[in-house]
Amino acid sequence: MLMCHVKGCSTDNFPLRIEDAEMEQVEVEFNEDFCRRLINKIDWPAFVQTAFALGLDQLPAALPDDLDEEFLQRIHKLALETKLKAGRMVCNGCKHVYLITDGIPNMLLQETEV
Amino acid sequence: MSASRPEHIAPPEIFYNETEAGKYTDNSRITAIQYDMTQRALELMCLPEEPQLLLDIGCGSGLSGECLDEQGHHWVGMDVSPAMLAVANDRDVEGDLFLQDIGQGVGYRPGSFDGAISISVIQWLCNADKSHHVPKKRLLRFFSTLYTALARGARAVFQFYPEGPQQVEMIMAAAMRAGFTGGLVVDYPNSSKAKKYFLCLFAGYAGNQRAAPELPKGLDGDGPQSVEYAGKRQREDRKRKGKLVSAKGKDWVLHKKELNRMRGKAHVPVDTKYTARKRKIRF
Repeated sequence: MLMCHVKGCSTDNFPLRIEDAEMEQVEVEFNEDFCRRLINKIDWPAFVQTAFALGLDQLPAALPDDLDEEFLQRIHKLALETKLKAGRMVCNGCKHVYLITDGIPNMLLQETEV
Repeated sequence: MSASRPEHIAPPEIFYNETEAGKYTDNSRITAIQYDMTQRALELMCLPEEPQLLLDIGCGSGLSGECLDEQGHHWVGMDVSPAMLAVANDRDVEGDLFLQDIGQGVGYRPGSFDGAISISVIQWLCNADKSHHVPKKRLLRFFSTLYTALARGARAVFQFYPEGPQQVEMIMAAAMRAGFTGGLVVDYPNSSKAKKYFLCLFAGYAGNQRAAPELPKGLDGDGPQSVEYAGKRQREDRKRKGKLVSAKGKDWVLHKKELNRMRGKAHVPVDTKYTARKRKIRF
C-alpha cells in the first residue's frame, strides 16, 4: 500500500520495488474478517508481484471468487506476519531509494523532493 | 520553564533525542496520560468492534500504539524522531514503524486506512523548524495526503496542545481545505488542568450516510479528580507558601516580564527607564 510521496512523482510510484530484503516472521492473530477487508484495500497484481519478487509465495494472478480459509491464511502470513528487517525500497518512477534499517524504513525526503 | 512548550526549544527529532526519549517513556505520569488520551481518542473515533487498520501519526515510543495493540487493532506508526522509534522497537510494539516527516506527506494508496489517531503531535507542525519550512504548506500537504490515505467515512482524531486560537485556526483551515469535515472537541473546558483538545475529522461519508456524521460532545465537569500527582503538587505549594518571594520591586517586575517574553506572550512592553519606577500614591 506504500507509495512514493516525492513531489511530482505520480506515475509508476506504486508499488515500491524491494531490494536486498531481509525478512522475519512474526506471529499475528488471524482474523478472517480483517483479512477479507484487507484484500479489498490492496492492489492485487502489485501484491502478487511483490510476494513473488521476494520469493515468498506464488499467488494466482486473478483473485479467486470464493476465498477459503486456507487462502486467507496465506494472505495473512504474507501481509501481516512477514516483516522486513532490512533492505531497500526503490520507486520505479523517480528512483528514490528508501532504506530500511532495524525494521524501520526511512521515509524522510530531501528539501528538493518536497 | 519553557518545558511547557517543547516545540519552542527544538525541532521534534532533536528534542526527542535518546535521553529525552528514554525519560519520556519511563515517566509513569506521561505514560498514564498518553494511555488515557489514546483511549479517549479511540472513543471519539467510533470504530466498529472488529480489528481495524489504523494510522498512528507521531507514534513516538509506541505509548499510544500499545493501547491500539490492546484493543486488537493493526496499525502503522510514523514518527520523525529516530530515538523515539528505537524505544518503540525495544518495547516490541506490534505496529509497523516508519521514520517519516508527516509535513512531507503521507504516501499511501487511496482508502488504505480505517482511521487515523494522533496523540500530542500536530502542534509540532505549526512551527518552522528548518529555513525552508512553510508551516501552512506542510499542514496542507499532510492533511491532503492523509485524506487520500483514509477510507471513505473514516475518522482522524488528533489530541493536541494548541498554543492559542490562531494555531487552531491554522490547523482547521488546512484540514478543511484538504477536504475534511469535522471540528474541535474540548473535554473539561472549564478546568485548566484537565482541559484537552481533540480535533475530530471525517474523511467523507461512508456508503449510505446522507449528512456529515455528528461531532461527538466533549466531556463536562472538572475533569478526573483522582489523579495522584495533582494532589502531591498542592501539598508542595502549601509548604512553600511561607517562603514565597515578595511580588514587589523592580527586579521582580523585570523577571516576570522576561519570563513572559520567553513564554511567547505577545505585547510584553519594552523595558525602559520608566519600568517599575516608584509611582505617587494617589489612592
